[in-house]
Amino acid sequence: MFYPKELKYTKDDEWIRFEGDEAYVGITDYAQSELGDLVFVNLPEVGDEVVAGEAFGDVESVKAVADVMCPVTGVVLELNEELLDDASLINSDPYGSWFIKVGSITDKEELMTSEEYDAYRG
Amino acid sequence: MEKKTPLYDTHVRYGGKIVEFGGFLLPVQYEAGVKAEHMAVRTKCGLFDVSHMGEILVQGPKAKDFLNLILTNDYTDLQPGFARYSPMCNENGGTVDDLIVYMKAENDYFVVVNAANTDKDFAWMCDHKIDGVELKNVSDEYGQVALQGPLAEKILKKVVDEKYIPAGYYTCIFDADFKGIPVMISRTGYTGEDGFEIYMPAAKAPDVWEALMTAGKDDGLIPCALGARDTLRMEAAMPLYGHELNDEISPKTAGLGFAVKMDKPDFIGKAAIEADQPLKHRRVGLKVTGRGILREHLDVYRDGKVVGHTTSGTFLPYLGSSYAMAIVESGAREIGAPCQVDVRGRMVDCEMVGLPFYKREK
Repeated sequence: MFYPKELKYTKDDEWIRFEGDEAYVGITDYAQSELGDLVFVNLPEVGDEVVAGEAFGDVESVKAVADVMCPVTGVVLELNEELLDDASLINSDPYGSWFIKVGSITDKEELMTSEEYDAYRG
Repeated sequence: MEKKTPLYDTHVRYGGKIVEFGGFLLPVQYEAGVKAEHMAVRTKCGLFDVSHMGEILVQGPKAKDFLNLILTNDYTDLQPGFARYSPMCNENGGTVDDLIVYMKAENDYFVVVNAANTDKDFAWMCDHKIDGVELKNVSDEYGQVALQGPLAEKILKKVVDEKYIPAGYYTCIFDADFKGIPVMISRTGYTGEDGFEIYMPAAKAPDVWEALMTAGKDDGLIPCALGARDTLRMEAAMPLYGHELNDEISPKTAGLGFAVKMDKPDFIGKAAIEADQPLKHRRVGLKVTGRGILREHLDVYRDGKVVGHTTSGTFLPYLGSSYAMAIVESGAREIGAPCQVDVRGRMVDCEMVGLPFYKREK
């Protein structure tokens, strides 16, 4: 499993990449591997508020559905619409496949470094 | 505690992701993943461990009468070397299980039932046994693999003499030889594709598995697991016990009228099934026209009213979109009609469609 150093991680297997006061959110290599072939992503709307530790969307594989939790509280600025057409991009490139871009961030969950996350998931 | 099939170590060695299913530890997928395994069966070939299935021997001078009493299908004209599917009903017309009966010889039948129902089925059969019938649960003695896909026959011919390969769908050869291993080979399956199910002494299952994997290597044969077994059977609209069928759902409601022979003198459940005409509920296919994946136990709406619920649903890899099977009020069942399914609070647009979703070209 690969966990890039420049990202932060949650215990629910999301990654977050901060760029200034905005952030991109996706799911980790571990998460996509556990879920298997992903076939559908449900995302919020641009302008929706998201809350740290609460679900903002879900991903579905052939066999299962999983909530995707937001590591930060803020407002959705942008969606990765490519994922709506082809969820399998998350399997092939979990760190290129961000789900949402969040701005106006006011709070965040406890986050792990890549080393900590690696120790957590192995 | 969960049981292991004789192929458990093989699954681990092949990288299978192990889960509990029907009381057994079985792989849900291998490294290729559900989609690739599904596509292999539709386009080339896949190999499944189905050793968890139950096997019950029904023997004796009254064996045929017994089958005709406890099963809804008619076994009067079944010949040795042939197989026939049937639901098994309770007195209320609900379904105890669905199974396949293979006729080995006069007064000698081999019945294959769903893993999770084996003990229940055997107890049910014993409770309704008539004089002149012997029943034996031999589930632990057999391993079973399913070789499924358009290249199945080509691959099987590499390891088995042609005379041991059953030619017709739902036929079987009981005394086949597989590289010195005594096996039963039937031309059956649960994928909607051509293929074979091979029964062998449990301890020999790994040898049969390895020989088939080697034989099929150049033809794209890959190991396939429960995830693909479920998506394949769903694409072919085959019912799965506990979903489209259960102790309360009658086979007629589930769309299995072809296997319910009302002109038989009598069978358990006949009176109740007769009384349930016209049918209040029926099975239907749903195709998602909006966005979302359907699962089981979701409410189906027409014109704002709940008319039924889904029994199975997922993304079907070969067809490339999301489908479900549902049981709905007969009056609301109209092929082509728009409907909605409540997916965790979100209404997803669907269309009622005929079954099966996929039918192979012959």
